[in-house]
Amino acid sequence: MSIFVDSNTKVIYQGLTGSQGRYYGLLNRDYGTQVVGGTNPKKAGEEVEGIPIFANCAEAVEATGATASCIFIPAAGVYSAVMDAAEGGVKFIVCITEGVPAHDEAKFYNELKAQYPDVQLLGPNCPGIISPGQCNIGITAGHIAKAGGPVGIVSRSGTLTYQALYELQQKDIGVTTCVGIGGDPVPGTSFIDCLAAFEADPETKAVMMIGEIGGSAEEEAADFIKNHMSKPVSSYIAGVTAPPGKKMGHAGAIVSGGKGTADAKMEALRDAGVKVGLNPTEAGELMAEIVTSL
Amino acid sequence: MDLFEYQGKQFFKQFGMPVSDGEVAFTVQEAVDAAERLGTPVMVKAQVHTGGRGKAGGVKFAATVEDVQEHASNILGLDINGHIVQRLWIEKASDISEEYYASFTLDRSAKQHLGMLSAEGGVEIETVAAENPDAISKVHVDPAIGLTREAAQAWVEGANLNPVAVEGAIDIVLNLYEAYVNGDADLVEINPLILTPDNRVHVLDAKVTLDSNSVFRHEDYAEFDETQPRDEREEAAHSKGLQYVGLEGSVGVIANGAGLAMSTVDVVNQVGGKPANFLDIGGGANADVMAGALEVINNDPEVKSIFINIFGGITRGEEVANGIIEALNRVDIDAPIIIRLDGTNADEGRAILEPALNEKLMMEPTMLDAARRAVELAKGES
Repeated sequence: MSIFVDSNTKVIYQGLTGSQGRYYGLLNRDYGTQVVGGTNPKKAGEEVEGIPIFANCAEAVEATGATASCIFIPAAGVYSAVMDAAEGGVKFIVCITEGVPAHDEAKFYNELKAQYPDVQLLGPNCPGIISPGQCNIGITAGHIAKAGGPVGIVSRSGTLTYQALYELQQKDIGVTTCVGIGGDPVPGTSFIDCLAAFEADPETKAVMMIGEIGGSAEEEAADFIKNHMSKPVSSYIAGVTAPPGKKMGHAGAIVSGGKGTADAKMEALRDAGVKVGLNPTEAGELMAEIVTSL
Repeated sequence: MDLFEYQGKQFFKQFGMPVSDGEVAFTVQEAVDAAERLGTPVMVKAQVHTGGRGKAGGVKFAATVEDVQEHASNILGLDINGHIVQRLWIEKASDISEEYYASFTLDRSAKQHLGMLSAEGGVEIETVAAENPDAISKVHVDPAIGLTREAAQAWVEGANLNPVAVEGAIDIVLNLYEAYVNGDADLVEINPLILTPDNRVHVLDAKVTLDSNSVFRHEDYAEFDETQPRDEREEAAHSKGLQYVGLEGSVGVIANGAGLAMSTVDVVNQVGGKPANFLDIGGGANADVMAGALEVINNDPEVKSIFINIFGGITRGEEVANGIIEALNRVDIDAPIIIRLDGTNADEGRAILEPALNEKLMMEPTMLDAARRAVELAKGES
């Protein structure tokens, strides 16, 4: 079992004809993902390595029965791409693109919520999602993840997501699904969305959560864990020593006005019974202890 | 991108908000000339990217041109919270009856825009929020709908402003919302928003932070980018397109990915060291980017050791290793380098690096081991 995507998920790549879309779309197909189509209004009717290109998501969904899409469109076109996917009937939209203006994110997040409440958006600015052995949508290197279970991973940071997968693989621990929610100010999918899905997934027995400075998503997640989760959680928060007022790479990673510090987040998580590691390796070791005791 | 007050006011003016006439001055003479053109009395205001200007003596009223000369010479060169004043804004002085506060920013928890309005302006809004939270009137705006006149009216009427200020304030907050959304701002703040003795509502200060992700649709924002405060190291990194934040320590940090770079900075601290910087070279870690990153770090005289922390994902270990070797052939690095290479094909990558290792280029198996080694070297302990 897994959350959000599995071996039956059919995926459209919006921007498959671009260099990034083509590279990762084909890598994802090699991994075993059902890559059933691509979109590009100017190249409808063409193919990329046997994958048909459609003018828009509506036509692609109609022809292929796809339920998911993956966006590799430059930032300026992301708003239109997200809405095209939702209007076309896509239910799970993964947006890899980074550098999307925050106002666009806030707008399509709320428009989706009002007009397409059954659509789940992941990202923007995220590495994507992988249910190891079944489906890999995005830029995660599939071979660093061990399939199976019992651990689910949710992370705000790309490379630390890979680090987490790798730490578990080294310890021979399998993963049901690993979700990279991305580091932007308005992520389509939150920690809580993933924690709730993992809690409901019978194959997932424990969850590893990787956060970073900025905002209050980790505190809200801690509150959810405390009140709604029975499964054990280990965590790591990046940016313990980040200076206030400086954006650490991600648009959302900033300590401002004394808010969003790693210390406050770790405190909230510990208070919710989460085992908090001080670096990714330690969080992996804590998860190994949890898995042994299951 | 943070704007100076005068840039913020020009930005607001484009969206129809009433601001005072003024001119920028870089020298005392320019300040005097500006005052003569504008006509006294004027305000002489330090332009710095930090708060607390008034307390630091960076904002002065000048009744005469002689006053302008005196204040300008005192304020230029003044250190305000570590920011040296290099430019002044000379603007026509306003008479003030009351001072208010107005702002818009994103409420990340609610995933909606948040407007704040208060009859207690002129002081820091954090202070008002802590001491008298009821004095702040808030409105959440759904980005898919926008701020309607009706919603703006209800919001302004809830803020206990002087009744004669209400109509003017509604016009200003509607324009402020337009500026915030259409200008792609992360923050727009007017503090104080004033009521004049002749009952006009007027913008007396401007704090604006623009979203740098939006520059593709705002070509004119390039000029704001040029006035961002960066130290020499940050300027050099910025010109190479690197994600760099200068810190105070002696261990140079290079990592691929923002999270891993942050984590690397943390681990260096945890083992007793002080990182000199945060530097994210992104996923690829090719020779060009690596060489650029090493150059920036090598030019920092405080750096005593360099920790390269790379996790190979899609980019395989051997590509990363070849990139590092090629980069080292292109630039001369003074400080010893400690590499931690892990992830996809890490063994193959390490095998490529192995023959190149010496007392200036070392490799450690884990992030923690590498951090310890880098810190020891920075402290001269090994």
